[in-house]
Amino acid sequence: MTAAGNPAFNAAARPLGGGRRLPLTWLGVVPFFIYVGIFLLLPTTIIVAGSLVGPDGSISLSNFDGINRPFMFKSFVNSIEISTISAVLGAIFGALLAYAVATGDPKGFLRRSVMSAAGVVAQFGGVTLTFAFVATIGTEGIVYLWLQQHGIEMYPNGVWFFDLPGLTLIYLYFQIPLMVLVFIPALDGIRPQWREATESLGGSGWHYWRYVAGPLLFPSFLGCTLLLFANAFSAYATAAALLTQGGVILPLQVQALLTSETGSSSPGLAKALALAMVAVVLVVMSLYALLQRRTSQWLR
Amino acid sequence: MDALVAAAKAEGKLTVIALPPDWANYGAIITGFKAKYGIDITSLNPNGSSQDEVNAFDGTSRAPDVVDVGQAVALANTAKFAPYQVKEWSDIPNGAKESTGLWFNDYGGYMGIGYDSSKVTVTSVQDLLGPAFKSKVALAGDPTKSNQGLNGVIMASVANGGSLDDVSKGVDFFKQLKQKGNYVPVVGTAATVKSGQTPVLFEWDYLSASHGKDVPTWKIFVPSNAIIGGYYSQAINKQAPHPAAARLWEEYLYSNEGQNLWLKGGARPVRQAAMTSAGTVDTAAAAALPAVPGTPQVPSGDQTSKASQYVVANWSQAVA
Repeated sequence: MTAAGNPAFNAAARPLGGGRRLPLTWLGVVPFFIYVGIFLLLPTTIIVAGSLVGPDGSISLSNFDGINRPFMFKSFVNSIEISTISAVLGAIFGALLAYAVATGDPKGFLRRSVMSAAGVVAQFGGVTLTFAFVATIGTEGIVYLWLQQHGIEMYPNGVWFFDLPGLTLIYLYFQIPLMVLVFIPALDGIRPQWREATESLGGSGWHYWRYVAGPLLFPSFLGCTLLLFANAFSAYATAAALLTQGGVILPLQVQALLTSETGSSSPGLAKALALAMVAVVLVVMSLYALLQRRTSQWLR
Repeated sequence: MDALVAAAKAEGKLTVIALPPDWANYGAIITGFKAKYGIDITSLNPNGSSQDEVNAFDGTSRAPDVVDVGQAVALANTAKFAPYQVKEWSDIPNGAKESTGLWFNDYGGYMGIGYDSSKVTVTSVQDLLGPAFKSKVALAGDPTKSNQGLNGVIMASVANGGSLDDVSKGVDFFKQLKQKGNYVPVVGTAATVKSGQTPVLFEWDYLSASHGKDVPTWKIFVPSNAIIGGYYSQAINKQAPHPAAARLWEEYLYSNEGQNLWLKGGARPVRQAAMTSAGTVDTAAAAALPAVPGTPQVPSGDQTSKASQYVVANWSQAVA
């Protein structure tokens, strides 16, 4: 079915002729591998090695026992919960927005403005984003105070903004635009002719979504949701700026274990925890890659 | 002493770490030392934690020579310190120093509840559970990792029937605050006090006093049934790049001049009692300290580390 599986195609791609030149084509990718080595492989190696060093300096697996404590488990659950909620909500709203854009004029103003806005906003995160939210709906924020002057209390049951719900809200700010960016290519792959074909065969709108567009888009939708999950799961600076009390999610728990001045500092456990996060992201991204492969069979 | 001064001047440099200029008057102390001995001071990472200070001991010429750390970090890292006894060693009470001089207390204060008196009035710790305190009460540090934050929880515990050995009542208290919507899960700083985000703040009294310049109606309440004292400690890096300057710095800090500078910053220097009887204390600065309405209790290193373990294990369930 695919081009890669066709022997004739493969034979054509192989260089013909006997010129024995020194292969230099790999030179171009050297900078890339140096970059990946320094910023991805080296830190990962340090984390793996550090996680195997016990508090007394010997090689042991004791750090991994440390993860199995209720409060560590709780931060694991919190991290997965917030990543799931922000990924699912981000995927739904992002997909709806992407659909609205994709069905519009491909050169129109709506599409151009939404795409460039999404490109900028999807990269907006960290301390600046948290500050923007604190200044808007924090307890001294403009909108909060304005509503309060008009008799509306935004937080009647206590301030949830500096907690996980607040963090979810802030994450959605970059999750939705990211979804638009990654999901649009799949929507663009859907041909209008398929809808016309469905209708000329007597199918309804429901039939079209249930049997044609839905099955085609679903793997991509799921894959994009997984990407959003990994994006939220690994975010650190935004959370660190908002949640300054207690390591309620994993990246903050790692930070607390590295800087504690009350006798709870434990660099080995911090690295074991970081390794556990790497494992989760690895699983998620492998599933993402599998789904992407399936999606790309149809939508090209 | 003359030989020490000469050796320190020959080194010409000193590296300190985690000393914010507005913390216990360190700005003036650093200026005073530079002026007196002509030795240049490099001040690293002013907002670091005690653990960051010790983590910076990397054996290079950029490592800090001296540290000012909380009790738990001092006790856990004695192997990295060099013993030294300042000239006034005998003025430091026995419980406040390691016998060979690996670490020795420098200054301290009491946990207080700072509040903006134009918004609320605090007369007891239990007051804070009332409806007037909705979204107002905060801690000055994350108790799972900051010394100051942890002592705030210890104070709440003692005020609610707990003790230095039992911090659980303090965690329960913050859980109640959270349930009533009074707790603000933000680390209070000079900035949050100024902006009004944290109008009620558990904090060391000598740091809380400095908010008066931003919020003129700022007051400090110290509960008479829960006066929690806490001291920081000096220690010298065993591999100090400037060993003589490090020792001279300690001599300066423990001289009458250094001790009175801390006192002016609202902190209580460790030689205060001895200096009061000798008549060398700055009486005006001593009189300006907040009154202490009872007998202070000081958690031991052991009690601090037990309290820390409990808080680390239970804090996130209580307030998140």
